[in-house]
Amino acid sequence: MEPTTKTETLDIEGMTCASCAAFVEKSLSRTPGVQRAMVNFATEKATVDYEPAQASPATLKQAVINAGYGVAERAPDTSAAERSAEIDRQKALAYQKLKRRFWVAVGLAVIIMPLSMLMLWPAMMARVNMQWLNYALLMLTLPVLLYSGREFYESAWNGFKHRAANMDTLIAVGTGAAFLYSVAATVVPGFFTSRGLMPEVYYDTTATIIALILLGKVLEMRAKTQTSAAIRSLMGLQAKTARVVRPDGAEVDVPIEQVQLGDIVVVRPGEKVATDGLITEGSSALDEAMLTGESLPVQKQTGDPVFGATLNKTGSFRFRVTKVGADTMLSQIVKLVEDAQGSRAPIQRLADKVSAIFVPTVVVIAILTFVLWFDLAPVEHRLPLALVNFVAVLIIACPCALGLATPTAIMVSTGKGAEHGVLIRNAEALEKAYQVNTVLLDKTGTITRGEPAVTDFVAPDQEPARLLQLVAAVERQSEHPLAEAVVRYANAQGAGSLAATSFRAVEGKGAAATVDGQAVLIGNRRLLTEEGVQLSPELLAQAEHLLAQAKTVLYVAVAGQAVGLVGVADTVRDSSAAAIKQLQALGIEVVMMTGDNPQTAAQVAGQVGIRRYFAEVLPQDKAGKVKELQGEGRTVAMVGDGINDAPALAQADIGLAIGSGTDVAMEAAGITLMRSDLRGVVTAIELSRQTIRTIKQNLFFAFIYNTLGIPIAAGLLYPFFGILLSPMLAAGAMALSSVSVLTNSLRLRAFNHH
Amino acid sequence: MDATALIVTIAGVGLAAFVLWYFFFSARQTASAVSTSGGVQEVAITVKGGYSPDVIEVEHGKPVQLSFYRDEENSCSEELLMPDFNIRRDLPAFKTTLVELLPQQTGKFEFTCGMGMLRGSLVVK
Ligand SMILES: [Cu+2]
Repeated sequence: MEPTTKTETLDIEGMTCASCAAFVEKSLSRTPGVQRAMVNFATEKATVDYEPAQASPATLKQAVINAGYGVAERAPDTSAAERSAEIDRQKALAYQKLKRRFWVAVGLAVIIMPLSMLMLWPAMMARVNMQWLNYALLMLTLPVLLYSGREFYESAWNGFKHRAANMDTLIAVGTGAAFLYSVAATVVPGFFTSRGLMPEVYYDTTATIIALILLGKVLEMRAKTQTSAAIRSLMGLQAKTARVVRPDGAEVDVPIEQVQLGDIVVVRPGEKVATDGLITEGSSALDEAMLTGESLPVQKQTGDPVFGATLNKTGSFRFRVTKVGADTMLSQIVKLVEDAQGSRAPIQRLADKVSAIFVPTVVVIAILTFVLWFDLAPVEHRLPLALVNFVAVLIIACPCALGLATPTAIMVSTGKGAEHGVLIRNAEALEKAYQVNTVLLDKTGTITRGEPAVTDFVAPDQEPARLLQLVAAVERQSEHPLAEAVVRYANAQGAGSLAATSFRAVEGKGAAATVDGQAVLIGNRRLLTEEGVQLSPELLAQAEHLLAQAKTVLYVAVAGQAVGLVGVADTVRDSSAAAIKQLQALGIEVVMMTGDNPQTAAQVAGQVGIRRYFAEVLPQDKAGKVKELQGEGRTVAMVGDGINDAPALAQADIGLAIGSGTDVAMEAAGITLMRSDLRGVVTAIELSRQTIRTIKQNLFFAFIYNTLGIPIAAGLLYPFFGILLSPMLAAGAMALSSVSVLTNSLRLRAFNHH
Repeated sequence: MDATALIVTIAGVGLAAFVLWYFFFSARQTASAVSTSGGVQEVAITVKGGYSPDVIEVEHGKPVQLSFYRDEENSCSEELLMPDFNIRRDLPAFKTTLVELLPQQTGKFEFTCGMGMLRGSLVVK
């Protein structure tokens, strides 16, 4: 369904009273094409519903001016592409900033580290004043905190005010504690020495942790931009300008935003199609790979639809614009992929629950770690040991990896799917497709092309080309689908056209006409019998043969003599058998259903290697068949293309709408295949399997890392092996964990089905 | 256990209890949507270390327009996720981002940041 009206909001200037508003409203309502106009005096806004074919923002503005008021120029509504460009700019800027902060932290940490080591060198220690050295270290560490690490402290504080704790809370509390302790040891060392404690400082720990965590963030940010690369490149495909033919015949390049419905646009070879439309003149081969994943160019002629962002290869043509902006196929694909990326996979629920309670819980564990070490360690070391372990627990427990595990994998794989012409509605669909063990195919339109085609042309006593010419002349006049198939066949064979006169269609039986002075009759057997035409034994045998193959037979008589046969059938797509074989190789049982009789069903099933099928299934019983399979304990994927498939698509565990499909079928389907080809089903299932595998690996890795990391950081190994985790190592491990989860997700980019 | 250890223990346990209470059990900020003449329910939300308000009440069946103003640059809040409505949005810093949705069913629907740390919920009545 395409919206026929558009809504525009205008900022009205110069209204002084409520009656002014009524005035403007009236003027707008009277403008041709306007269906409804509402003016709000208080907000000084007019909301207008109008038909874009008759009215435009410019005519609306004129109507307001005619009423004696003005329209404030608003900043033009930024298109999705512009908005995303703006976000990209901001992200690039943030990335630059982050890198600068990182390098400052690294630079200072490199100086701080060796200076802190001086204390380990007795000869040096004697010559250096400890007091002064500590102050020097403090001065060097301050910029690391205030510049490089500032964001952590701000974010932690903002979160604290909202009773929300995030990863920055952990980093801020950890490094903050180490830093404050060191400051105390620097400023009032006497307080420590009088209690028999060495006034140790941890400036190197503080600076190094911040540097390492920033390193993790830099790598993370770089990887994250790659996860959405697919969708960004999709949006980037849109043409920037269109060559519009003006009513006077002039061709003008206009920005794509100004193209309107009904415009005629010219496309030359090698150019991108600007937006969606129907060809009015000319023909060409178009590369539609960006939308459908089909790498072969598609032949198009007058009357065929073309889509924005596809590439015109050979010929030049003109088309009439039928869709612009957000209604175009490309925009809808982008929207669908974006929606999918925002959805939540059921597999993620546990991770969600964990991250919700994670940070406060870790803070509590860290506090208890501090208390236990303080109580149990030897008195002279208890404060530093308690502190070091407290910091280590906080730093290692950062849950970034957990948070990144599922969304990054879903972002990469939905984008990848779109590249292959597989549109995934949401993460749940992806997860369902992974569990599928039975695929139910609706025969017509999925396994077969869904339209009759001539498979045999029999002309025992005549020259076939001549007979085909006669037949085609009659059928060109007919509107019957079978006649269309014959005409298509004749055209493909290059049969020239003859004129047919006194055409006569016989309802449900066939047609007759005079061609080239001869009476030509074409139709079913009853038609011939009624017209008193006898069939030769040879033709009868041939007809039996065709009927046995479940084909429809058309009989041809010329001048009262039966001279030929046309076999018509819905043909199996070239790729069907291979795709079904691939599905079976994946361990999936493929079942077919069809409204045809058992004979036809068996014929097609045998041809593509399907062992189980349902024949004579009425449209309203399709969903019932899905239920029947589910009743056997199977997880069923239903593949269909028509409106009457919608209930079955919805009933299945996962529905796959094939072909550009109908909107209804797409609504009911979890996955839409842009190409009328069963190989898309294989791609979808393989992609889902790889994605869920990746997510499971990610979640396993993130959980393991935290469940092992926290106890080790808390010092659990110390009583047995004397191992303590330095906070700096903890910081390194934390950075590594999120980077490895991201890298694992990005491996999905290598997915390539064919 | 000496006196200092005792003090540290009591202070530590007390602090831990406070953290649990503060983050899990204290009261939340709730706000109801304001309906405009056009029948759209509008709510302005500030994003700064969290969402304020973080519990938003709306009526079902009427369009909702949430305007998120992100008042910080920290990377934590740069993404907004509303999984029940299939929404993922980038929130540019110091800018308002409009999110429109139509709640059909009643219930409580969470929205979070990209990693699920910052949380808020939409209560549909
Ligand atoms: Cu982290």
